[in-house]
Amino acid sequence: MHEALLVLEDGTSFRGQGFGADGTAFGEVVFNTGMSGYQEVLTDPSYHRQLVTMTYPHQGNYGITDADAESSRVQVGGFIVREQARRHSNWRAERSLDDELRAYGAVGISEIDTRRLTRHIRSAGAMRAAISTEVLDVDALVERVRASQGTEGWNGAEEVSAPEAYDFPAEAGRGEARFRVVAYDFGIKRNILRLLAAHGCDVTVVPALTPADEVLAREPDGVFLSNGPGDPAAVRNGIAAIKDVLAAEVPLFGICLGHQLLGLAAGAKSYKMVFGHRGINQPVHNTEREAVEITSHNHGFAIDAETLPSDGPFGRVSQTHVNLNDHVNEGLRLHDVPAFSVQYHPEAAPGPHDARYLFQQFCDLMTAKGNA
Amino acid sequence: MPKRTDINSILILGSGPIVIGQACEFDYSGAQACKVLRREGYRVILVNSNPATIMTDPEFADATYVEPLTPEMVAKVIAKEKPDALLPTLGGQTGLNVAMALHQRGTLDEHGVQLIGASTHAIDLAEDRKHFAAAMREIGLDTAASTEANSVEQALAFADTHGFPLLVRSSFTLGGAGSGVAHSLEQFKRMVAEGIAASPIGEVQIDESLLGWKEYELEVMRDRADNCVVICSIENLDAMGVHTGDSVTVAPAQTLSDVEYQDMRDAAFAIMRKVGVETGGSNVQFAVDPATGRQVVIEMNPRVSRSSALASKATGFPIAKIAALLAVGYTLDEIPNDITRETMAAFEPTIDYVVTKIPRFTFEKFPGADPELTTRMKSVGEVMAIGRTFKESLGKALRSMENGTLGLTGAEDPRDDEALAQALRVPHDGRVLAADAALTRGWGVERVAELTGYDPWFVDQMLQVVELREKVRALGSPAALDAATLRQAKRCGLGDGALARVLGSTEGDVRARRLELGVVPVFKTVDTCAAEFAAQTPYHYSTYEEETEVAPSDRERVIILGSGPNRIGQGIEFDYCCVHAVYALRDAGYETVMVNCNPETVSTDYDTADRLYFEPLTLEDVLEVVDAERAASGREPGLLVQLGGQTPLKLARDLEAAGCRILGTLPEAIDRAEDRGRFGAILDELGIPQPPGGMAGSFDEAMAVAERIGFPVLVRPNYVLGGRAMEIVYTPEQMRVWLEANAAEGTVLVDKFLEGAVEVDVDAVYDGQELYAGGIMEHIEEAGIHSGDSACVIPPYTLGRSQQLRLRDYTEAIAAALGTRGPINIQYAIKDDVIFVIEANPRASRTMPFVSKVTGVPLAKIAARVMAGATLAELRAEGWVPDRDTVLGPPLAHIAVKEAVLPFNRFPGVDTRLGPEMRSTGEVMGIDADFGVAFAKSQAGTGTMVLPAKGTVFASIANRDKRAMLFPIKRLAEMGFTIVATEGTAEALQHAGVAAETVRKFSEGGPNIVDRITAGEIDLVLNTPMGSGPRSDGYEIRTASVVAGIPCITTMSGIMAAIQGIEALRSDTISVRSLQDWHAAQDAGGVKS
Ligand SMILES: Nc1ncnc2c1ncn2[C@@H]1O[C@H](COP(=O)(O)OP(=O)(O)O)[C@@H](O)[C@H]1O
Ligand SMILES: Nc1ncnc2c1ncn2[C@@H]1O[C@H](COP(=O)(O)OP(=O)(O)O)[C@@H](O)[C@H]1O
Ligand SMILES: [Mg+2]
Ligand SMILES: [Mg+2]
Repeated sequence: MHEALLVLEDGTSFRGQGFGADGTAFGEVVFNTGMSGYQEVLTDPSYHRQLVTMTYPHQGNYGITDADAESSRVQVGGFIVREQARRHSNWRAERSLDDELRAYGAVGISEIDTRRLTRHIRSAGAMRAAISTEVLDVDALVERVRASQGTEGWNGAEEVSAPEAYDFPAEAGRGEARFRVVAYDFGIKRNILRLLAAHGCDVTVVPALTPADEVLAREPDGVFLSNGPGDPAAVRNGIAAIKDVLAAEVPLFGICLGHQLLGLAAGAKSYKMVFGHRGINQPVHNTEREAVEITSHNHGFAIDAETLPSDGPFGRVSQTHVNLNDHVNEGLRLHDVPAFSVQYHPEAAPGPHDARYLFQQFCDLMTAKGNA
Repeated sequence: MPKRTDINSILILGSGPIVIGQACEFDYSGAQACKVLRREGYRVILVNSNPATIMTDPEFADATYVEPLTPEMVAKVIAKEKPDALLPTLGGQTGLNVAMALHQRGTLDEHGVQLIGASTHAIDLAEDRKHFAAAMREIGLDTAASTEANSVEQALAFADTHGFPLLVRSSFTLGGAGSGVAHSLEQFKRMVAEGIAASPIGEVQIDESLLGWKEYELEVMRDRADNCVVICSIENLDAMGVHTGDSVTVAPAQTLSDVEYQDMRDAAFAIMRKVGVETGGSNVQFAVDPATGRQVVIEMNPRVSRSSALASKATGFPIAKIAALLAVGYTLDEIPNDITRETMAAFEPTIDYVVTKIPRFTFEKFPGADPELTTRMKSVGEVMAIGRTFKESLGKALRSMENGTLGLTGAEDPRDDEALAQALRVPHDGRVLAADAALTRGWGVERVAELTGYDPWFVDQMLQVVELREKVRALGSPAALDAATLRQAKRCGLGDGALARVLGSTEGDVRARRLELGVVPVFKTVDTCAAEFAAQTPYHYSTYEEETEVAPSDRERVIILGSGPNRIGQGIEFDYCCVHAVYALRDAGYETVMVNCNPETVSTDYDTADRLYFEPLTLEDVLEVVDAERAASGREPGLLVQLGGQTPLKLARDLEAAGCRILGTLPEAIDRAEDRGRFGAILDELGIPQPPGGMAGSFDEAMAVAERIGFPVLVRPNYVLGGRAMEIVYTPEQMRVWLEANAAEGTVLVDKFLEGAVEVDVDAVYDGQELYAGGIMEHIEEAGIHSGDSACVIPPYTLGRSQQLRLRDYTEAIAAALGTRGPINIQYAIKDDVIFVIEANPRASRTMPFVSKVTGVPLAKIAARVMAGATLAELRAEGWVPDRDTVLGPPLAHIAVKEAVLPFNRFPGVDTRLGPEMRSTGEVMGIDADFGVAFAKSQAGTGTMVLPAKGTVFASIANRDKRAMLFPIKRLAEMGFTIVATEGTAEALQHAGVAAETVRKFSEGGPNIVDRITAGEIDLVLNTPMGSGPRSDGYEIRTASVVAGIPCITTMSGIMAAIQGIEALRSDTISVRSLQDWHAAQDAGGVKS
């Protein structure tokens, strides 16, 4: 056990025990309120370079299981917990949380008052911070935090996107594939691919910078826009490409960052939230089905519903989902071209399965287009 | 969807008396529902036979019927009130069963009453284990292989194919009654027979054994738009095989990956939809194979439950309240979350702490009961504790138990390794401490987990505490403690008391050192959302971290200390008094602060007091709350310690010594009443008689006293509540035996036992100048049967006016002499017109709620105000107190009987003979203008002593009573009852011209009375004891009656009352009337309540 220090750019500091890798990790400090699903969180590319604190005190209880990973590696820069399990226990477990963080160079800090940290972020907002096992002097570390890169204007998608295209074939045993889908990888989670495949989609995953003509050249039945880290406004090529796809009227489905990019392409504006939504208990009101979905969230930016154009470059855009707690926009639909998206994570992982119907909705949209 | 306007009046069923498996969690749930439905403008009609509940306070419903929860009686209420709807999901199994019966009898249709909250179809599907299992298969969910059987033969067939162990459970019973695990053929046969007997439909369910699997519960809710949410997940520390009610349970689930948890969530919703619970909350139980993760559905309860109450307290999400709103048509997204106010109830609470619940048992009261924990619930109460880690919450829960447990202290365990291993293998109360001992012996996580079936994660958490504790032990003394180690120890949940034990020091020294090192807790908030939103409701728990959340405010505050876990001798009645104190003081402008650790209660509802601290009731934890309140207000808070029973009373002296401001009667005065020597002196001074007696430290001393006062004598250890280990001793030999059994107890009290005396309870409030006599209760059973176990009557039904006035004078004199400021309860025994004082309790009493229900005068509220400094005169001016009290004022127009409910059906083989040791778990009330009717109602309310209107009576009467019995039994014969009796009794009857058939005693062998009872040929047993203990005839008769579920009356006075009750039943004039009507008729003199 060795000491570790967490400081925020406003000078707030916490001393605790280091675990995982040694070193210093810089990034935006955010909190996640899920009581389970730490492994999915750690490996979700949308958390790339962030310092994530879990509000639930015990983390690592059921270990790490390869099958539950949402990408090929731990993505967070650092992990902040009240207590990490000294001994994990679950029939599926393969490794410990501690080992996993160390293996990917993620710095962990435990034994701190994570509720105090959460309350601070709630009022002061998500901000730059650092965890260190080397620099244990508060002022020195704060200095370096203030010099570090923030998320506003940061194009995180390019950093995490796959270097080149690859295929993710439709799930076997479901008859022959019904749809050809190209998925833009801005930091895509595996469970999205699993669910597309399970719905009979042959998916080709392409890098974030892939121009639209290359995508359209593959004559896809539909195009998918993935989740990912960073400021949507900074993903210029992505937005440009989406405009071309919309112009070609190829069915589009976006999740999280993909949702924000679709919104921007359709003429809406995005903004940075104070501390965002991160958890698996967020109530989303589906205004079309008049139902509430309990959903998985991970976003610090959002689309401003006020700015959804009634007559934008691609016609009318309307809000389909809204967060019941704070009325933040959670979904949109274009009426004049076949495109829709949600801000939250219907693929869950971690979280409830309430919103899986959206993958079917995407398939229906592609079918309709095919028959048209 | 807005609320329904097509219904205006709603009938709510309570759960009746507190019994094992159904405790005050249903008062908490029901009270919430009544409150919110009235607020919504519905006319609320309530039926609940339990007078000690908050929900039966007249202001909680428009019409409150304290009547038996039987289909017959509720039907009368329906006929009278014609409610539009019946909400059956708040009264536990009792409520559901009555609702189903009313449906089957066509009562609901006849009066056009619609069930809301759960359809009969859904109830059927969920409650009938066979239909349920089939339904689960239909939706592709796994259940344990099972079959149902109506005969032992059928059962054997299943055993042949599946082998042992097998699980036997009887259909339509609660708390696992008539259930268990059979490891052998003989066991199996016996259980099947018992289970069939216990089942109202004569059926048992036999299941494949999942012993040792992990057990989980999900509390789920659904609204009529089909929105479903999980409120809380609960993981049992004890593996499958121990009833969840008897298991140590933890929220949230600790060892499920998100993948597994989400599968379980999907399954829970699928079950709710399949069963057809359209609105409301349900409890779904799962078993998980630790080796493969296979998930199996155990059962679902389509109603609020013990677990839903726990989940509400654990998360801050009020399940019962929301369920009530959903039942009248709201949807989750229309109901605000009252903790955050800004968000809606349509979400899933997420918590940032760990909650641990530990059940509380009282096996010591039931010699002969089997203490092994099985699928059949045996606990009588529970504690809950909140900490930021499992270690911390476990430690806090252990020290909340009030059974001497300080926590994981690694106390020297005398058992050898084999005995210890057995203690880990066999589930029983205190197994966690056995695990502590094993870990302290270095057995290691794997071995302890293997033996106990606890998940290794939990065992490792315990080991972490053990390791740190040994580090502390090595330091040797508090002085050697450094801040870092001490802080770590506190974060592991080790209390000052536990550390003192470990360091061979005192709690005071540890506390002093802790304060010296500045190691103090902070208070965090239960907010349903892990701090994502600001909480408006101050519901706090302590932990050793950095930031405290108690909001400053400078109003004058009063801290009310609750009564801790329910147990026999201290139950819901004391919580009722605490809650009333909160209401009264809040109305009087004080800021009220509640401290308690019992999740079942109304007092721990976050919207009862202005601030709730869910904390153990130990000196350490209470002092920390007082410090926090002082710091937040800059004022010295006042403490109420006389309302929560013995629990806070025990702390009074130390709190005062620590500088706390105790309100009302001071510890000094309390001691004057409790110290026999000092109290005796006061009585002598006042010239008030008390039974002659003395203290004794040895057999010889005891005999000396006995010789002086003459046998029989009543012996007991000094300082007891609920009459623990109290016994009536008739001979020197009995004296020797008892002293040997209670050697550990030190000095004992030996009193003249007043035979055949009438016992009386008086509840009053004294303000320093004036006494308000709230009520005089005359017991039906004579003195010698604990006041908590005997039926009692208001107003007294045989006492003359002069006696009542004398009782009032005595009470006033004693209250004054003790220096009482607040409530006082005095017990008297009247023999040959001499009034003896048995004891005085200058605190709230078990009978206070009963008195208030009967008289309509809120005694507990008045007491609280007086303790806070008001005079009775002032309260009279405010309209709280009538001009004249119940003795001096106009006589009551009605008569009420309180009857005790005993848990013998839970403890087969235990002698049901009543005595000076209290054993009842709850009480019911019968009220009417006529004594016989009131008594019959009270018996019907118990559910176990229901009087027959015709049939066969068996009598076996002790010689001393043979004279007294002749007339009443003659009367029974005249009413057409067939009389059978044991030889002596039969002869006596025949001489008196009563035709009585003679039956063999059990001891006479051959076909005897026990066979007749078991065969169901007897409807009423009259048996005044001649001997006790196993093998005596009386014992066999009484236990047989319990198993057969027929009333067994063991005192002459009880028999007399029963006759009047039976006469009332036969005249069939029994009608129902609401408390509001009774009180209006009485016109309590324009008194508020
Ligand atoms: N098949 C089984 N094997 C082992 N234990 C079981 C099995 N089914 C139930 N149990 C245990 O019995 C307890 C009571 O069973 P349950 O179905 O919940 O009845 P109740 O209605 O009394 O709660 C459960 O909490 C569980 O621990
Ligand atoms: N001297 C006595 N003669 C007859 N019965 C007695 C006597 N003293 C106590 N009892 C019986 O024992 C019961 C318990 O005694 P009590 O002093 O009230 O103890 P507790 O504190 O448990 O209430 C009483 O309710 C009464 O029925
Ligand atoms: Mg159960
Ligand atoms: Mg008493």
